[in-house]
Amino acid sequence: MNLDFFVEKLELQCKCCWENLRREVAGGYVGDLLSDVIANSNSGDIWVTRQVHQNIVAVATLKEHAGIIIIQGVQPEKETIEKAAKEGMPIMVSSLPAFEMVGKIYNLMHST
Amino acid sequence: MKLAEIKDILDAEIIVATPNQLEIDIKTAFGADLMSDVLGHARSGCLLITGLTTPQGVRTAYALDIAAIVFCRGKWPLPQSIEIARELGIPLLSTKYIMFETCGRLFEEGIIGCIREICVGDSICEI
Amino acid sequence: MKSESEFGGSVSVVGHGFEHAGRVSNDIKKTLLAKGIPEGIVRRVSVVIFEVEVNIISYAETGIIKYQVLPDSIIIEATDQGQGIADIELAQQEGYSTADDKIREMGFGAGMGLSNIKKFSDVFEIKSDVGKGTYVRSVINIDGKKDHRG
Repeated sequence: MNLDFFVEKLELQCKCCWENLRREVAGGYVGDLLSDVIANSNSGDIWVTRQVHQNIVAVATLKEHAGIIIIQGVQPEKETIEKAAKEGMPIMVSSLPAFEMVGKIYNLMHST
Repeated sequence: MKLAEIKDILDAEIIVATPNQLEIDIKTAFGADLMSDVLGHARSGCLLITGLTTPQGVRTAYALDIAAIVFCRGKWPLPQSIEIARELGIPLLSTKYIMFETCGRLFEEGIIGCIREICVGDSICEI
Repeated sequence: MKSESEFGGSVSVVGHGFEHAGRVSNDIKKTLLAKGIPEGIVRRVSVVIFEVEVNIISYAETGIIKYQVLPDSIIIEATDQGQGIADIELAQQEGYSTADDKIREMGFGAGMGLSNIKKFSDVFEIKSDVGKGTYVRSVINIDGKKDHRG
């Protein structure tokens, strides 16, 4: 499954790096404590978070995530999108809270 | 479903919970590490799924009458957090699953998220 | 002369004490519940006090939270002599945050503090001077209806 599949199924709004939506998604991670995400997430994860400042791009790039989904209807900061565009890190947005978003992603991953 | 069933689904350990508390019925859940999100969006009676082990998490749960807290990622709360939870009567569990797996498993079993319309204009936000 | 249904208190909050964040909110909640204030109102008050408490801890050396319960409303006032807010309109925007990494690792700094206070208040007032401090006032009507003067 690639990012595009999730964008379509979950009606996510993509903010940049559409060309990288073909990236394969290996797993999922959800969390807002950056040191925890650095310690425990994996390469190829789709990262669900509430954080919107540009540090999330550095973390996602470091951990080689497939992409970042920002939930709860919050918008990423302008600097975050700019940095993501430079790094080629897709940022997607949804109004759902984390529990629902993760539940649906989990469902999709386990049903195929 | 009851907190006892949630404990089984998550292969969780009980940190603090009385037998009566394990019978609490839980229908909704909220996953977050940031407490302002919990204060702003979680509903009373929900299950809080978090990796934040500090006392603030327990105090946030008390402010909102959250039913119970599950610490994910194998986290164990600080001793001070456990003491405060005992004092405030909030059950605590710990699961080794990461938040993604924890939310996923509970969602599949029919627990729903704390979705409610964002309050705008003159409407009062009930919690 | 105050009636039996009127009471209140004042508590100091020490800055940077994240390990105590929420204690004032929790203590006042217990007091309000013991006095028979409806649960839904108590939860709103708890959120407002929690957020002003975290703001004082995050941005000031010290501050004071006062609350007053009247027959038809609860008034919360928070004052600190902290760093103040440069742009009040921006600070109230959901998601805008001036928090540093330390505050975020504590589970705060999502930029929701002021917007949460506003959301749960019937009347919300904020004043701030950079380098001098901040004052926040929240009124929560016990009958739950929005005060149109606010």
